[in-house]
Amino acid sequence: MDKKIRILLAKPGLDGHDRGIKVIANALRDAGIEVIYAGLRQTPESITEAAIQEDVDAIGLSILSGAHMTIFPAVKAKLHESGADDILLFGGGIIPDEDKVALESSGIGRIFTPGTTTQTIIDYIKSSIA
Amino acid sequence: MRPQSDKTRELARAITQIENRGAGYEAAMAQFYRTPRSGSYRVGITGPPGAGKSSLVDKIALNSRYFGDEIGIVAVDPSSPFTGGALLGDRVRMRDLAGKKNIFIRSMASRGSMGGLASATKDVLVAVEAFGKRIILLETVGVGQVELDVVDACDTVVVVLTPESGDSIQAMKSGIIEIADVFAINKSDREGADFFAMELSAMLDLKDDRLWRPPIVKTVASTGDGVDELVRQIEAHREYIVKSGLFASHRIEQIERRIRETILENIGNMIDREILPQAELRAAAEQVFSGDMDPYSFIGGQIKMITSSLDNYKLFIGNSKGNR
Repeated sequence: MDKKIRILLAKPGLDGHDRGIKVIANALRDAGIEVIYAGLRQTPESITEAAIQEDVDAIGLSILSGAHMTIFPAVKAKLHESGADDILLFGGGIIPDEDKVALESSGIGRIFTPGTTTQTIIDYIKSSIA
Repeated sequence: MRPQSDKTRELARAITQIENRGAGYEAAMAQFYRTPRSGSYRVGITGPPGAGKSSLVDKIALNSRYFGDEIGIVAVDPSSPFTGGALLGDRVRMRDLAGKKNIFIRSMASRGSMGGLASATKDVLVAVEAFGKRIILLETVGVGQVELDVVDACDTVVVVLTPESGDSIQAMKSGIIEIADVFAINKSDREGADFFAMELSAMLDLKDDRLWRPPIVKTVASTGDGVDELVRQIEAHREYIVKSGLFASHRIEQIERRIRETILENIGNMIDREILPQAELRAAAEQVFSGDMDPYSFIGGQIKMITSSLDNYKLFIGNSKGNR
């Protein structure tokens, strides 16, 4: 049996708009990926804990609340603290270009903004995870 | 802090290795089977989709009776038969368990297996036990009917139904009566719960040839109502099977079937590889389709090939025994 890609999808913080992340979850499943959907109101701690227990290859966060400059680095730090730097952290949401650049150059994976096709995200995941 | 998360990671990776049948997984399993695991207990939670299995698991794990216990939760959800992908959503209902260091949760995709579990699930349970988990809660896919795998993987099976689970005939048909050690009628704050419990109980009367009569517990997983009683009944069943010796005999039978199953799996792979490769199988199927061949003659030929090599093997064994 070949190795399956496993991805944790979560929405950190308090915004409850989960339409986008559900679209992504379905698209990834249809691309043959095992998606662990953690749902709303996740904390950096709960995201890291779930990612480690589920032994995922990557974590995708959806943030529409504007808290992305706080949450992405916080999750990244928590992963580092737990010795899980090898787990790819990426995400998407309503994120201004300058923030996207700042996050991507700070060692976080790709940040996808509105208008991205699901195929782009699938290609990114498949090419990032050998 | 560090050792805890290292150990968790180690278990998580071992499970991935088992799921993928990755290099060295058999050696890892051998190790786990030899690790002392006494005192561990497996509770299977099964029932139709939406009955509230995940929510009940969440509340059972938090029950005061299991306070501080090392708990492992394995939740199986279906893989898409078309793409192989899966959407594993059981964690959404288990958010109360976040941050509990004594609780380990793993979601598994069924990966083509049809019996309500993934084929690797039983091995995964052994791994979880070897890492010191004492209470294992196994949640099945929830296809509703014939989820018999769970019986083969657990010590106590809890069947979760709801007042809307259908009339008594439906329940008889799906065979759930036979597999349940404990019934939970969840969402029992809804209309019809008492009536359904009564019907179910009447049905158990028809089959009252067992020493253990499955208790029926009304629960409301969202509020936790009835969960205390549910855990009490799970533990009562545990006490019953341990004292009566059924616990050990049941587990021995499970291991028996596991050995057989694994040998068959290996033989199946061997046949795919050595005797009937995909291309040949396809060619045969095309001939059957076009009417040039019937499947039974073809199958007969294949079986003959296998038995003749088996005869050679017997001859070989006979000779080597004779030489001793």
